Amino acid sequence: MLKTSPFHSRTAPLVRAQTWRRWAGYQMASAYDPHPDREYAAIRNAASLIDVSPLYKYRITGRDAARLLDRMVTRDVTKLRVGQVFYTPWCDVAGKVIDDGTISRLDEGTFRLTSADSSLRWLAMNAVGMEVVIEDVSERIGALAIQGPLARAVLAQVSPADLAALKYFRLVQTTVRDIPVTISRTGYTGDLGYEIWVEATEAAALWDTLIEAGTPHGITPAGVWALDLARIEAGLVMLDVDYHSAHRALIEDQKSSPYELNLAWAVSAEKGPFNGRRALAAERARGAAWGFVGLAVEWESLERRFAERHLPPHISNIAWRASVPVYRLGDQVGYATSGCWSPLLKQSLALAHLRAPHFAPGTRVQIEITVEHRRTRADAIVVKLPFFDPERKRS
Amino acid sequence: MSRSFDAVVIGGGANGLVAATALGKSGLRVLLLEAAEALGGQSRLVEFAPGFRAAPLATDPGWLPPAVARATEIDSPARLSVEAPVTIAAAGEHLTLWRDTARAADAIRPLSHADAKRWPSFIARLRKLAGFLETLYRVPPPDVNAPAGELLSFIGLARRFRGLGREDMLEFLRTLPMSVWELLDDFFESGLLKAAVAPGGMVGVRQGPRSGGTGFALLHGLVGAEAGVARGRAPWRDGPEAFTRAAHEAALRAGVTVRTGAQVARIEVRDESVAGVVISTGETISTSRVLSTADAARTFLGWVDPVWLDPEFLHAVRNIRYRDSTAWVLYALAGLPEIPGLTPEALRGVITLTPSLKALEQAADCAKYGSMSERPHVEVTLPSLHFPGLAPEGKHVLVARVQHAPYRLGNGTAWDAAGRETLERAVTDAIAAVIPGFVGRVLHRTLLVPPDIEARFGLTAGAASHGEVALDQILFMRPVAGWARYATPIAGLYLGGAGAHPGPGVLGGPGWLAAQRLLGNRPVRAGESS
Repeated sequence: MLKTSPFHSRTAPLVRAQTWRRWAGYQMASAYDPHPDREYAAIRNAASLIDVSPLYKYRITGRDAARLLDRMVTRDVTKLRVGQVFYTPWCDVAGKVIDDGTISRLDEGTFRLTSADSSLRWLAMNAVGMEVVIEDVSERIGALAIQGPLARAVLAQVSPADLAALKYFRLVQTTVRDIPVTISRTGYTGDLGYEIWVEATEAAALWDTLIEAGTPHGITPAGVWALDLARIEAGLVMLDVDYHSAHRALIEDQKSSPYELNLAWAVSAEKGPFNGRRALAAERARGAAWGFVGLAVEWESLERRFAERHLPPHISNIAWRASVPVYRLGDQVGYATSGCWSPLLKQSLALAHLRAPHFAPGTRVQIEITVEHRRTRADAIVVKLPFFDPERKRS
Repeated sequence: MSRSFDAVVIGGGANGLVAATALGKSGLRVLLLEAAEALGGQSRLVEFAPGFRAAPLATDPGWLPPAVARATEIDSPARLSVEAPVTIAAAGEHLTLWRDTARAADAIRPLSHADAKRWPSFIARLRKLAGFLETLYRVPPPDVNAPAGELLSFIGLARRFRGLGREDMLEFLRTLPMSVWELLDDFFESGLLKAAVAPGGMVGVRQGPRSGGTGFALLHGLVGAEAGVARGRAPWRDGPEAFTRAAHEAALRAGVTVRTGAQVARIEVRDESVAGVVISTGETISTSRVLSTADAARTFLGWVDPVWLDPEFLHAVRNIRYRDSTAWVLYALAGLPEIPGLTPEALRGVITLTPSLKALEQAADCAKYGSMSERPHVEVTLPSLHFPGLAPEGKHVLVARVQHAPYRLGNGTAWDAAGRETLERAVTDAIAAVIPGFVGRVLHRTLLVPPDIEARFGLTAGAASHGEVALDQILFMRPVAGWARYATPIAGLYLGGAGAHPGPGVLGGPGWLAAQRLLGNRPVRAGESS
């Protein structure tokens, strides 16, 4: 039996085409409409409400809470201030990524870690010999993302928090109407937006408040399909899609280091001991074997490939998640793991792992496509991620 | 005050003294730290009543590999000649398994003609198979990360060296995972004979004779034993501390600085490498190399900041089974006890009091569920017979080794006064059933349950073994798989106690091999070191 989110009573009646999916053991909406077009448009043009409650959430307290997280993740948690949020991957001893998520410092001694996969066992294994309390609050806390250029305008109507002063990757403990919430300026869309953390018992009331206040601004509930389009444009990796956890990989080749996932910026070279420190320093010195980059597929090339079969280019309104070979000068140099037609950029995009030295921006490659049951290749160019990075995300 | 040494060895037992000597002889400036006031580790004497002393953990002093003694120039102490290494005395019956095979067969004959006939071949087989283990115990365990051939060549070399034929090899591989029960059933029909031999397979394990792997434990305890012996290695002629004295002298000759009463508080790590050792007074000793002969749990979970260790490694260390469940009762006796029908010679060996394999297994059953045995397996020795100095004149010391008494009782309860009294009474009753008038001769008695052993000897869970002697915790899996070759995830930190290969009962064996690893010496191959 799949679990249902604390917002289920509100979201379920809206899933008109019964387009449900599993997400971390929860029954979640792929889309509310039969297709994600309107929901995606809200993310980029108005405001969307996205239920992200299936994220795993852990509350970590106690004398060694910061030490525990610092020894586990690649970023320097000793630099995380109260009210700040870090995005970070975490690795095994070989420097291969296990999962990625955010760490919020709620107060001096209280942290919240979110992750895509269950992390309780790994946290407990890392906490050996430390004075910490690790609570799995995944089911107790609902998480609702309000994302889009009008997100702040909607939220400002119902919360006393000074949202204009709330910087990117900061959080504030406040209320929405009378509901106690934590609002963090974070999200998985690469747009202006917030994530609201609320006790599960108050989740429905929070949803109602935001719908009521947001309706004049065109607020639109959005499902995972729309979110997926946005995160690809934002160049954000997804566990089990773009990479495999080192804990679940069957062979070494299925593992990736942070450097191989375009997360070099999230690895501190100066911080104290943490899992994978030695391996990552060695990798830094010799250079990563793989790069994680964007591919922009050339429209003319796509058009030609389809024209050969007397078809117009096929454009899906849903992102694809599959491993697709990428070639350069006839040899396979890597593979793409997800991609979509960007309705905003009007371009076919892909996220790809390319072997060194083929991942430099501007490198011309070919990506496999299937046209009418036949495999062929379309021209693409390596571009730096993210594809889409609006000023408003940080301003 | 801060001082600096090339290497610090933690622990002043056999392994620590041997390791320190080996390092000192190679020219390093070595400091040895011992937490107790005296050296000796597990062979340390405990004064349990005024004038009465015993070394409960060293009833069997273990095997000193000749190569280790030679290389460290330790004057190998002489051993006593024990004619009757093991005797079973129970319910009016008794049987002494003499070191002389023919004499043992004569003793067995009244119980079973067939068994008497088989005894010589049984004892020869034990010796051959233990001899094979002995060869494996002279060299580091194979590197499992090396090409697959290494394990085979490890066994192959040892096999060639011992002249083990194909049939012997098969017999060896068949015996290791066996239970002593089945092993003994293969040879014998006399229940008393089987019950006399079986407890050798229960040393260092929380198991009864029906458990798989007790066949291996039996062989492990016979490594280095004299020909004809079915139980244990003979005591040192000059007392339980003879080896400690010889090894201490060798260490001093090698220039080792020895400090007793120095309890390690932590091992300082910088950049994943050893930076020093801090002792409980707060004093820091700078060094880049530490060789710990404490057990793996104490070393890694107690002294190293966990942030330097891979959680998977920590997990493996936490999962080492210590779970020894051996207790001791030390008795101060007003006079030498007599066991009707037994010659005084028989009192010089181990006297086991459990009459049958079934009773041995039942004694182990309770331990599985975290309670002490109602009728524990008890075996006694009288060290003051060999060393009169251990007791005031005319008086004696009796050491009772007791299984099973778990470290933690069921539901996590601690050992309270009532529990201790129950166990102590059960042990005294078992002895009194065999030795008439025993209770009247007891001047004093001291019970040591596993938590007492832990506190007194610095052994996790009171396990003298530094980790149960089980097939999944030996060779390249000791102390944990992937880290069995003395080096650890911390550069400069080496583990060379009984928790490393070849394990407990091999005096200085792990310490010597760990020192070679620290010195970067080429591993000795089987056949080269004899």
